[in-house]
Amino acid sequence: MNPDMILIRFGEFTVKGKNRDRFDQRIMAKVKRAVSDFPRAEITRAYGRIYITLNGEPYEAMAVKLKSVFGIASFSPIRRTVNELEAIRSAALDVMRALPKQPDTFKVSVRRVDKGFPHDSQEMNHLVGGHVLRELPGLKVNVREPEVELKVEIQPEGTYVFSSVVQGAGGYPHGTNGKALLMLSGGIDSPVAGYLAMRQGLEIEAVHYHSYPFTSEQAKEKVIELVRILSQFTGSSIKLHLVSFTDIQTAIAQCDHNSLIITLMRRSMLRIAEQLAGQREALGIVTGDSLGQVASQTLSSMNVIGRTTELPLLRPLITMDKNEIIRIARQIGTFETSILPYEDCCTLFVPKNPTTNPNLGIVEKAEESISNLDEMILQAVATVETLTIRPDIRTAVETAGQDDWF
Amino acid sequence: MYYFDHCASTPPHGDVIRTMAEIMAKHYANPSSLHRSGQEARNLLERSRSVIAGLFAGTEANDWLFTSGGTESNNIAIVGAARSLARNGKHIVTTAIEHPSVYDTCRQLEQEGWTVTYLRADETGVVSADAVEAALTDQTSLVSVMHVNNEVGSVQPIADIGQRLKSRGNIVFHVDGVQSVGKLPIDLVGSRVDLFSATAHKVGGPRGAGLLYIHPRLQLAQVYRGGGQERGLRPGTENVPAIVAAAKAFRLAIESQPARAERMYALRQRLIACLDGIPELMLNGSRDTGIGGKAAPNIVHFSYPGMKPEVIVHMLEQHEILTSTKSACSSKSDEPSRVLLEMGLPRERASSGVRVSFGDEHGDAEIEWLCSTLEMVVQKLKPLERRED
Repeated sequence: MNPDMILIRFGEFTVKGKNRDRFDQRIMAKVKRAVSDFPRAEITRAYGRIYITLNGEPYEAMAVKLKSVFGIASFSPIRRTVNELEAIRSAALDVMRALPKQPDTFKVSVRRVDKGFPHDSQEMNHLVGGHVLRELPGLKVNVREPEVELKVEIQPEGTYVFSSVVQGAGGYPHGTNGKALLMLSGGIDSPVAGYLAMRQGLEIEAVHYHSYPFTSEQAKEKVIELVRILSQFTGSSIKLHLVSFTDIQTAIAQCDHNSLIITLMRRSMLRIAEQLAGQREALGIVTGDSLGQVASQTLSSMNVIGRTTELPLLRPLITMDKNEIIRIARQIGTFETSILPYEDCCTLFVPKNPTTNPNLGIVEKAEESISNLDEMILQAVATVETLTIRPDIRTAVETAGQDDWF
Repeated sequence: MYYFDHCASTPPHGDVIRTMAEIMAKHYANPSSLHRSGQEARNLLERSRSVIAGLFAGTEANDWLFTSGGTESNNIAIVGAARSLARNGKHIVTTAIEHPSVYDTCRQLEQEGWTVTYLRADETGVVSADAVEAALTDQTSLVSVMHVNNEVGSVQPIADIGQRLKSRGNIVFHVDGVQSVGKLPIDLVGSRVDLFSATAHKVGGPRGAGLLYIHPRLQLAQVYRGGGQERGLRPGTENVPAIVAAAKAFRLAIESQPARAERMYALRQRLIACLDGIPELMLNGSRDTGIGGKAAPNIVHFSYPGMKPEVIVHMLEQHEILTSTKSACSSKSDEPSRVLLEMGLPRERASSGVRVSFGDEHGDAEIEWLCSTLEMVVQKLKPLERRED
């Protein structure tokens, strides 16, 4: 069966009135963009739903696109037919026959929205179910735990028949929940944190700290690539702020508090991020912290580090296990890039025994001992290099050499 | 000069030579070096990989390994697969008409305790998918079948074989595609191919650059030890100029494949008609001309029973026509061709084969010239025939 339409459902946006309209407009725009490669597809809105009429466009290819749109809870390929019993019966049979694997049990759930239709829901359940049972021997009804639920919606404009429900990305439409900065190191965790933040409707701008020449150019390329991958989920460009952290890092590394180096670095990074957030009108900072994973991510460390900023620190991975994080990283396509072996400034100057339990007083004293820390932070903010990374930006590999060589 | 030996090696494309020379001059850095120049070389290498992946539907850049050529690709594929698959069973199914880089590698594995089934071909040079399926046992872990035979140009039913392997669990399927790339359409995913070998110098590229496709589900064992390049499977400093030039050559060859096949099949038909008019010469392999047939578009192989094939090759050369006996790789040995014997041809016919393989520079006029020269050569040689009674 090539379906006639796709029914798209949103999650329960618990918003009403004007906000609801904004959400609807956003999701509509994103769905339009997702199916922009399919010129014959038509999009129509209903309350809390979107219908796409395929007009012969391929369902499978479109489904792949829709799966990555934030804010779509689920969707279903549907057959549309006229409000007549026989037509509904034959559509129901088509849908059942098109299942990839024939089930042993099923049930029919009819919703009659069109009250002018002569049979009510109860009757229809029997009329449709009985017909399917006659035509597909071996199939049984199981109303409690059916393998397949065949749904029939009789709307005034026509009847929709479908069975499969495809899980969407979930979350909220892109940008409907405000803007935050993402601390993007280039490791496995921070891109996943960015993805989850975006899925929940946040618009993000990424901040990356480099310590050139202690870190390499490739580390920068790697982060650009990660941002590019993230930008593909929304189809919109993402700003990447590259901060030179060399001076601050060198000063911290020389201040005789070896075990505190990471704590001090993270605090300075947050100060810089806070100032950038102010400039960029972002209201939060997203990090890839996962509780206990490394010394700076113990509760005690996060307490001392987090006190440097008033902004909410959003940590989508905080209670996630490493394997869970890796699974998502693989699924969103950042894992392979993340594991490229280029030093970033978090892996550089790592002391042998970083503290897992820093003392706030000692940390603050150590910061006071770095004579011009505040100036260096201002300088880092002033010299930030901002790139706009578009989903279709060509990477260093794609632009290598001269085009006519290939 | 009429170069009718494209199966041995092809004249390199002008643009390919230019690319290679420019990269040799500009990008001599080692792709493993950390500095900018090294990174530029690395990026060239990776861009080449993306170009290759783009030419074979359904494959990703990371599925492709750069090697030094077809022989090395076949060795890495078969030995690497065998070593990692031994626990699934030590039985290999291959054909008796494979190139020595597959055939002798399998022979070597027999020394190491593997059992190998070498399937014979029919008189057209084709091994049937039925025969492959019938040879499978519960110990079979690897099947290796070439796409186009390098001597007679017969096309093996790899899509059909791949389909039959689908239902047989996880038997690994290797295809030697050295002679088919650029001549026939190739569908790796649709043919369920796990390992695929190719080489650049058969498609107008440089020597010293080959490809090995490895399906992502596979983990090959290391055959070589070294600096870990190419996932450790083919260590050694990457030959960047040759690899980029190879990517270009493959792109040019594969993009023009449909048009080439059509042109070549027409030439093949012409040459076969000509051979039919010379009673002393016998066509080997199939008479098919067309995609889906049993013969590659660019190869015609014939025997002159009772005549040493090198005599024909040398006589033709006096008229500026270059051809091969058997395959160029083994044309120095004085034995009958293993491939022809395994097709069931008599010894006399198997030791008197000549291979003509053409390319883009050939048209009707060249075939006509070849044909009239052949007629003349045969007339001259006729009194010298030695029939074995």
